[in-house]
Amino acid sequence: MSIREGDSNLRSNMGEEELLKDVVITSRLDESISFFEKVLNWSRKYSLFQYPFATACCAMEYMTTMGPRYDLGRFGAEVPRFSPRQSDLLWVVGTISHKLAPVLVRVYEQMCEPKWVISYGVCASSGGFYNNYATVQGIDSIIPVDVYIPGCPPRPEQVLDALILLQEKIDRSKAEWRFSKKYDNK
Amino acid sequence: MTISEDEVKKVRERFESDIISSYQDKDMVVFILKKEALLRFVQFIKEDPDIKMEQVTDITAVDWYQKRDVRFEVVYHFYSYTKNHRIRVKVPVEEQDPKVPSITGLFSGANWFERECWDMYGIVFVNHPDLRRILLYPEFVGHPLRKDYPIDKRQPLVKLIKPEERRERP
Amino acid sequence: MSDLNERVQEITVNMGPSHPAMHGTIRLLITLVGEKVVRCDTQIGYLHRAFEKMSEANKWQAIFPYTDRLNYVSPLMNNVGYAQAVEKLIGIDIPERTKYIRVLLCELSRIADHLTCIAAASMELGAFTVFLYCMEGRDLIWDRIEELTGARVTPAYIRIGGLARDLPEGFLDRTLSILPRIEKVIGDVDALLTENPIFIERMRGTGVISQADAIEIGFTGPCLRSTGIKHDLRKKSPYLVYDRLEFDIPVGSNGDNYDRYMVRMEEMRQSIRIIRQVVRDMPGGKISIDNTMYILPPKEVVYNTIEGVVNHFKLIIDGIQVPAGEVYDATEAANGELGFYLVSDGGGKPVKCRVRSPSFALMQGLEKMVVGGSLADIIPTFGSINMIGGECDR
Repeated sequence: MSIREGDSNLRSNMGEEELLKDVVITSRLDESISFFEKVLNWSRKYSLFQYPFATACCAMEYMTTMGPRYDLGRFGAEVPRFSPRQSDLLWVVGTISHKLAPVLVRVYEQMCEPKWVISYGVCASSGGFYNNYATVQGIDSIIPVDVYIPGCPPRPEQVLDALILLQEKIDRSKAEWRFSKKYDNK
Repeated sequence: MTISEDEVKKVRERFESDIISSYQDKDMVVFILKKEALLRFVQFIKEDPDIKMEQVTDITAVDWYQKRDVRFEVVYHFYSYTKNHRIRVKVPVEEQDPKVPSITGLFSGANWFERECWDMYGIVFVNHPDLRRILLYPEFVGHPLRKDYPIDKRQPLVKLIKPEERRERP
Repeated sequence: MSDLNERVQEITVNMGPSHPAMHGTIRLLITLVGEKVVRCDTQIGYLHRAFEKMSEANKWQAIFPYTDRLNYVSPLMNNVGYAQAVEKLIGIDIPERTKYIRVLLCELSRIADHLTCIAAASMELGAFTVFLYCMEGRDLIWDRIEELTGARVTPAYIRIGGLARDLPEGFLDRTLSILPRIEKVIGDVDALLTENPIFIERMRGTGVISQADAIEIGFTGPCLRSTGIKHDLRKKSPYLVYDRLEFDIPVGSNGDNYDRYMVRMEEMRQSIRIIRQVVRDMPGGKISIDNTMYILPPKEVVYNTIEGVVNHFKLIIDGIQVPAGEVYDATEAANGELGFYLVSDGGGKPVKCRVRSPSFALMQGLEKMVVGGSLADIIPTFGSINMIGGECDR
């Protein structure tokens, strides 16, 4: 199954104070999600415009996930917009080689905020079993990633689960009003 | 599927001194040539009516690093549609002078195969119309399929950042 | 009109590595005068994953997953091609049942490949319904492959000297039951596309290549057969059991996109014919050779005797000891002649494992097919060549 961000701490090793840190007391205004932001998140998560940056074998499973049997369109992510300027979800599907890495960074930078990245398959998440001179060992060393999907290639059900995870993440997010770059060092 | 004995004899008579050896390997006849004779040999097998090779199937090289005296060996495979037979031609190339004449003048399909050989092994094909890297990027230094190139020596074009060092704005 | 030409200058357009086609990453630098293509510089290599370097670092039997990902639309054909080449180098004969099962899987993969090619090519032209129909057809095939091997896309089912496991109960009947449904898919696609005037207008007469050019550049497979040359490795130098099966070779005449589409449609029907004959004639018996120098011993022997444990251990750690020599073996993959050139020096790892992929030679010819036509003709031409990135760049 897909990895949730935030699951990295082993909860069994933590003391009680540590556990309480994750419980959020939302009486402070700048930490709560207002009603307007809730509406915004609802509209964003159910109308994701995707940009499939498809390279390798995972593209075959991606085509099937978009196809009639495992329909990705039921979750709102129907339309593949083949231009980064018109899309907000970047699917990096397949192995990224070092020759292709500058192109990927450029495509990511051309997308407008708010934007999310799903790394589809082990080759995009960590390099897969291609530990050689030509393959980027995980695209999170060049662009920030929101959801990782393991599998070589992942089954369509895994992909649907990842999309639902991303929708839950969008639900929890606060709207960024002022600045455009989410990360300091891209 | 293999060229007959008389044709092998014909080829051996014609290229006496240039053939280092020839033998039958499973279902193909293999000729090992000196590289000076390559162009004449390929022209002969293209034009001779009994052999009549029409297509270059494959051009590649083998790196016998520290296993043989002559380091590289460029291997050509040819195929004939009318006669339905194949032939393999091997040309030993030493490391100090890795130059081989290019056969793009005779078979235009050899173009990309020779470019890939140059990219991966560093073997220069003299008189090739456009010898540049094909599978790797121009900024890459070295020839990766040589045995002394380590398998995971990466040459990234983009600055790589460890994901835990990516600081999210508060 | 002449001063109009003087005012028009050449521009170079970049169809970059990430473009709206599920065809793989390739970069075309197209020089245009108006809408006419003057030059097309094809740049490949964006999916170079170093298959040859990885195979020099792995044992002979561990290369199978890498071969899966070469032509990832019909992965079992690559497995069969590689296993056949190693078996030829060692000099072993596989049992009859294995040969029939390998033919069955090859033909199923061929149908899947052609369905994908037609789906992607027609989606480019706007026929989205054909894409959905073909995806359903391909899913039917993948269901069978998943039942047999456990994985839909990258099975790695073939072993040197046999197969990984035998067919489950009722597999052949279920395979026969999907054939009418695939025929219906092909019939629907035929009804939608073959006599469609828009489709004919876009595909007929575009991307033409002559016979002499095709042979010289290195074309093989459906693209060569569409120019009129009746050449198929399954008939010219039969391997496995193709000499005992009856099937025809579709041949085109013009060498344009429409002929390539028709050749692929007809090849799918011939593949269904082959599958029916294979299922009818399938013999019983063993699926792997007995020699445990090359095949893993059965689990009962491994878990219960010391010789079995040591045998298994040696095979995994040291690898199969292939005698010194070299071999070139070619099979008819869905795209053309898929050749493996293997060099061994007697050890457990290859000295060289070279793949002669059909798409590499086909992409050489793209420039010739595209120059002189208009920019919009590049899309169906590129789609009908069926370049698979994993195979072209290895």
